[in-house]
Amino acid sequence: MDQSNGTPNLNKVGLSRNDYRGTSSTLCQGCGHNGIAAQIVAACYEMNLLPEKVVKFSGIGCSSKSPTYFLGRSFSFNGLHGRMPSLALGALFADHTLKGIGLSGDGDSASIGLGQFKHLVRRNLPMVYIVENNGVYGLTKGQFSATADRGLSMKKQGTNPYTPVDIAMEALVSNATFVARSFAGDPHQVRELLKAAIAHNGIAVLDIISPCVTFGNHEESVHSYSYGKEHEEPLHEISFVPARDEITVEDFEEGTTRDVTLHDGSQVILKKLEKDYDPTNRWQALHMLEDAQENNWLVTGLIFVDPEAPTMFDWYNMPDMPLNRMTEKQLRPAPETLQKINSLMF
Amino acid sequence: MADQKQIINDFCITFSTVNGSGSATANTTLMRALFRMGIPVSGKNIFPSNIQGQPTWYTLRLSKKGYLARVEKDDIIVAMNPATLAREASFLTEGGVLLVPDDFKVSELRSDITVYAMPVKKIIHEAEVSASLRDYIANMVYVGVVSWLLGIDLDLIRVALDFHFKSKQKAVEINFNVVKAAFDWAKENLQKKDPYRVETMNGVDGYIMSDGNTAAALGSIYGGVQLAAWYPITPATNLAESLNEYLPELRKDPETGKDTAVVIQAEDELAAIGMAIGAGWGGLRAMTSTSGPGLSLMSEYIGLAYFAEVPVVIWDVQRVGPSTGMPTRTAQGDVTMANFISHGDTQMILLIPGSINECFEFGWRSFDIAERLQTPVIVLSDLDFGMNQWVTPRFEYPDVPMDRGKILWEVDLDEKIKEWKGKWGRYLDVDGDGIPYRTLPGNQDQRSGYFARGTSHDEYAHYSEAPETWERVFGRISKKFVTALRFLPKPVLIENPGAKIGIISSGSADPAVVEARDLLLAQGIKTDYLRIRSIPFADEIDQFLQCHEQVFVVEINRDGQLLQLLTIKFPDQANKMVKTAHMDGLPLTAKWIFEQITAKKEA
Ligand SMILES: Cc1ncc(C[n+]2csc(CCOP(=O)(O)OP(=O)(O)O)c2C)c(N)n1
Ligand code: SF4
Ligand SMILES: [Mg+2]
Repeated sequence: MDQSNGTPNLNKVGLSRNDYRGTSSTLCQGCGHNGIAAQIVAACYEMNLLPEKVVKFSGIGCSSKSPTYFLGRSFSFNGLHGRMPSLALGALFADHTLKGIGLSGDGDSASIGLGQFKHLVRRNLPMVYIVENNGVYGLTKGQFSATADRGLSMKKQGTNPYTPVDIAMEALVSNATFVARSFAGDPHQVRELLKAAIAHNGIAVLDIISPCVTFGNHEESVHSYSYGKEHEEPLHEISFVPARDEITVEDFEEGTTRDVTLHDGSQVILKKLEKDYDPTNRWQALHMLEDAQENNWLVTGLIFVDPEAPTMFDWYNMPDMPLNRMTEKQLRPAPETLQKINSLMF
Repeated sequence: MADQKQIINDFCITFSTVNGSGSATANTTLMRALFRMGIPVSGKNIFPSNIQGQPTWYTLRLSKKGYLARVEKDDIIVAMNPATLAREASFLTEGGVLLVPDDFKVSELRSDITVYAMPVKKIIHEAEVSASLRDYIANMVYVGVVSWLLGIDLDLIRVALDFHFKSKQKAVEINFNVVKAAFDWAKENLQKKDPYRVETMNGVDGYIMSDGNTAAALGSIYGGVQLAAWYPITPATNLAESLNEYLPELRKDPETGKDTAVVIQAEDELAAIGMAIGAGWGGLRAMTSTSGPGLSLMSEYIGLAYFAEVPVVIWDVQRVGPSTGMPTRTAQGDVTMANFISHGDTQMILLIPGSINECFEFGWRSFDIAERLQTPVIVLSDLDFGMNQWVTPRFEYPDVPMDRGKILWEVDLDEKIKEWKGKWGRYLDVDGDGIPYRTLPGNQDQRSGYFARGTSHDEYAHYSEAPETWERVFGRISKKFVTALRFLPKPVLIENPGAKIGIISSGSADPAVVEARDLLLAQGIKTDYLRIRSIPFADEIDQFLQCHEQVFVVEINRDGQLLQLLTIKFPDQANKMVKTAHMDGLPLTAKWIFEQITAKKEA
């Protein structure tokens, strides 16, 4: 797509990949989060987003620091630990034409912030919600998070006695309209899922297993590179085709692909692997995740999508004009109305 | 009655019922009728934290001089709750009046009082209302009897019922018929033996009736509120509910038919404040309304808004704490918490309305202040204001255009960057008032975006832990709170030439202070009165302290929280300030203030 308008390296809105970069990362070398930031740059570039049309949000954690490493021109708000959802919700009401990208960690969204996360999901606020899931608290140096596997042992922490929170499942039971899981070690899939998430009109939850090389990369941990590499079970191979782009059928053999058309007309093409999986069926999605848990699979791909569900903005009678562009004339009722109010105050 | 002096428009009547019995309709109907007669009247509801079956008191004070504060004794009590009868009788003044249903035993109560027994069951029976309505309608019996007793015109009762039931004729008729039957019964069967009467007067011209939460909601609407996020809590709940009630009519864009404001019931107060702060950062006029427990939860977020410089308005309708305390009783107990809220060095703008009318005014003004200063504004109301009906001067339309503060959209930003010769940073103080310029998400200028955060940052919103950067930026922020004094409501000074004693107070303590000053003056004790309306404290407060020998700081809490803040700010004046703090869940009375000042005054 780099050559789409004839100029090499410029996308359709005339920007180069560089225009989507942020400052250089201060995270550990090899941290899964870095790879994800790189794919966000790539996805936004390929999706021809204007950085001025994107707002970034994050909580607190190594993961939540990441918004500095991409889309340096965009507005961004790095909020409180576990409380990014409410912040993003309020801010996106200011201008509903903006694309929100939220970045969080497993501690941020599954421990301290589980409540806000689930409530954001059930409201179906249109935004991309990425959880960089490493099973530990990176920033506070390696305690178990709520997604850590049961029975996992770490030197200072001992053995984790609790069952893990499954972010994709939590999202599903909260009626998320887009749920995907990926693995930071699979950049192609991360990128394609990000693009589909960006195109989705509603909350798009991406649970991305993102190994913490410093505190959580134990061989036996679900959140490690080695585990991910060995156990990743893609549901399908994924290609995202933006609206208006021609789909070249020969790439996808009849009978082995499945298309999902998103709200804006773009498509996710799922190339079937061995399972016949329908990502528009919530029950099947839950069943599949349950199965995967039992079998110790790290299932990745587009788990569920409902492209037509009403969003939070649809429930309000929102004007087309962004609320934050409104002036006194639109916001302060006329003096006569107060006379009427006064006459009713009895 | 002939040998008795009549007492006209100047007494206190309490209705004792059980909550959930529907007495609110009866009580406000009487209040409205009295208001229509032009009599200054205040209504206070003392209710339990419970939905049904617990004792509830509703007090109407009529005062021809316009005093609206609570008084300690009742002249008339309508006792509908047998469980509290004995207690009721002990609250009656010498020679007071007790109205009871005729099946209550009252013989042993008190010999000095007048008792009227009302055939409640009989009247209800004859009214032929459905069984489910009987308990509720029983309250209308006392409306009728009291109307006869005091001389309230039944036409006014009908007007009040009409208003209450929004002219739903069936409901009006059912209620009115009972009132009328009771009135007629009283007229034929009772002989008036007490001195209490009402008469039409001109005491409330230009006044309306409202509670403070409705006033605050309306004020916010006229202030252009665009996003209100909240979580239910007594006594703040009906502030947000009033927004829901009035927004559809007042804030639909006439051209597009679309709403220019949204109200969101959040999952808790952590989320409510987060939504409001997100919206404030995005350039909306954003607010939340809560009470003490909710404000406690909001603490961390408010600190972020302070440091990231986000405008947001927080209404704290105070109740008795700590913890769940007395959730349906009034207090001014959150003053120091609000002032010092969140960890680290923080500064807050506090607004303290002293009347219902001011709840309306601060409703809109708080947004101007928050956006001008780019910082949270906490408005401290309380249950007494928030949930009780008051007579108050008409709401006045904002007398100044909206102040949106220093916001730069595309064109402005371009011009300013030229003016500043390319030097632009979100947190640069270009004009020395401590307030930087801000851009809003959606601005399409490539130079507009910035990274807001609660971590240490420099003038360009870049992360920095350099000690000098922290001190510089943090020092600049505190400068805003000096600039703030230009934008905050000044204290209100009421003087009495020659007074050596000063009184400082605020909020809903005001009505009691106003009355106490008259009581003191009647004893030859002159006082000056300064009502504080905002914090940080204005210079006028310093002057007031300077020129009085003794200053009583009157407030509704245990520890003297306003006094604590004044002492920190004006340590040289600390010795002359006298803690005059009291909190038992009930609004202050003039009598208590009078006693405190007469007992402790030195000169
Ligand atoms: C209220 C609060 N409590 C605790 C912390 C300390 N803290 C900072 S980051 C963090 C955990 C982050 O974990 P996660 O979200 O998984 O991010 P990661 O660093 O693993 O990417 C904690 C507990 C905080 N910042 N705020
Ligand atoms: S500590 Fe772990 S999560 Fe944090 S930056 Fe290093 S590798 Fe990443
Ligand atoms: Mg983590």
